[in-house]
Amino acid sequence: MGFLDQNVSETQIKLRGRLWLYILSAIILFLLIVPSLVVIPMSFSSSQYLEFPPKDWSFRWYENYFFSWKVENGFNDWMAATRTSLLVAVLTIFVATPIGTLAAYGLINSTSRLRTILFPIMISPMMVPIILVAIGLFYFYVQFKMVNSVLGLVLGHSLVAMPLVLIIVMSALKNYDMNQEKVARSLGASRPRAFIEITLPQIKFSLISASLISFLTSFDEIIISLFVAGGDNSTITRSMFLALRDQIDPTIAAISTVLILISSGLLIITQVLGSKSR
Amino acid sequence: MGGTKLNSNQAELAQLARREHFTFFGLTLPYLVLVGAMIIAPIGWLFFLSFIGRDGSFSIENYERMINSKAYIRIFLTTFKISILTTFFCALLGYPLAYFMSQISRKWANICMIGVLIPFWTSLLVRTYAWLVLLQKKGLVNTIAVDLGLLSEPIKFVHNTSGTLIGMVHIMLPFLILPLYANMRAIDPHCVKAASSLGATSIRAFWTVFFPLSMPGLLAGLLIVFVLCLGFYVTPAVLGGGKVIMAAMKISSNIELYFSWGAASALGVVLLAVTMLILFIASKLVSLDQFGQRS
Repeated sequence: MGFLDQNVSETQIKLRGRLWLYILSAIILFLLIVPSLVVIPMSFSSSQYLEFPPKDWSFRWYENYFFSWKVENGFNDWMAATRTSLLVAVLTIFVATPIGTLAAYGLINSTSRLRTILFPIMISPMMVPIILVAIGLFYFYVQFKMVNSVLGLVLGHSLVAMPLVLIIVMSALKNYDMNQEKVARSLGASRPRAFIEITLPQIKFSLISASLISFLTSFDEIIISLFVAGGDNSTITRSMFLALRDQIDPTIAAISTVLILISSGLLIITQVLGSKSR
Repeated sequence: MGGTKLNSNQAELAQLARREHFTFFGLTLPYLVLVGAMIIAPIGWLFFLSFIGRDGSFSIENYERMINSKAYIRIFLTTFKISILTTFFCALLGYPLAYFMSQISRKWANICMIGVLIPFWTSLLVRTYAWLVLLQKKGLVNTIAVDLGLLSEPIKFVHNTSGTLIGMVHIMLPFLILPLYANMRAIDPHCVKAASSLGATSIRAFWTVFFPLSMPGLLAGLLIVFVLCLGFYVTPAVLGGGKVIMAAMKISSNIELYFSWGAASALGVVLLAVTMLILFIASKLVSLDQFGQRS
């Protein structure tokens, strides 16, 4: 057991003395990762009830998700909700990313006094409890007849995604030397052209991560959707939440598995992009 | 002659600089208009609504009800109790893991970081549902505990406070670990080394040198978790099974079930005021940039 006597820190602590920390950390990491994964075997169970491990295996809950056009308890069918969610999430990218990027560019170049005033206002959607944003939006949409509309959902989700875009792009621009644009402009390029040809290619990985995060923020959003979506435009998370409140339908395990696949895919892409941009 | 030319040149430059700043401000306008029209204005309106009584005239009955009604006081107590306990358990679990990650090589820490980021990126609803499955009476946790002899018979973990707490700690843990780990990584290892070379035991070096230096990250993490818990809705609604009612759930049911905008707004105003107060204190202690994680 000689390896237990190797040094593991700068202060001559032996691995033997640190073993508890290694074991504790492994347990905490296990508790972080594994519980969510339990839905994957559940989704292949053939039983109505949530037994673990499942006795028999089947694809019936996936069939239920992908092919049932009407779920019994009067909810919008799952596929239509998934389509709405995807549409709203993609549109959110195209609203939140450009608006957030423009604002980040403006903010980083403006005077520090203006920045300290505007920045807290701009990240307010992240600070205000989301339930308040949701009922505020609901009230606002009732006046403008935007309840249950895709536009209403996209704007609502964009509000939540914009601060994330702002922060990601601002941190990319902080590490970027703005003098490069000055050089381009002194050589005759207009400001928009200097931005598009010089700055944009250098922050493009951050823009892609910001877009992916906008997508995921919208796709996972529940509370705003709960209030402003409905009728033909329910989102998948809204339908899941409503179903969960009432009973445990194993179809949700199948949908959850698909959602885990989507989010881990996006996580891998952003990690790869992150290491590339470094 | 040369002097006036210089002056006019200066004036022109100053004008250009002003115009430049104006352009930069203009770029933030679409953002500001959206936030102003869809967050600030509606919340201002809710603030106004909170002072409108049932008969439609100005009154503070919505706030009076909150102080006098036992139900509201219980909701406030539940909200604070759950938030404080969640924050406490997050610190208890998050600190050792963040410390461990800050002590190993960057390569291994990045691998562990994926373990922190996977739940962070997994849908909140999926994680809540997973706990619902795990913690139910015939769930995996009960099965294992009974098989190991830890429990004589299965107990109900969900649809009560303990289920809500377990789910919320799992969901909030990454929010604590991310700022804390970033802070610990930035601590110069030479500080601890210096302490131990001067004769401090490793435990003493940790408590007198490392721990105080990690306070800003810990504080940022604790505040993020606490503030997010205060407004939490989905997890207590699903795992609490109607027995754990937090402020956000009461706001929602006031509107969905009773259409009582005044009562919902008043509760919302109080929730917002408490959140803002905590964030204000937080902004004095730590940089707000810390909040820039995916929420």
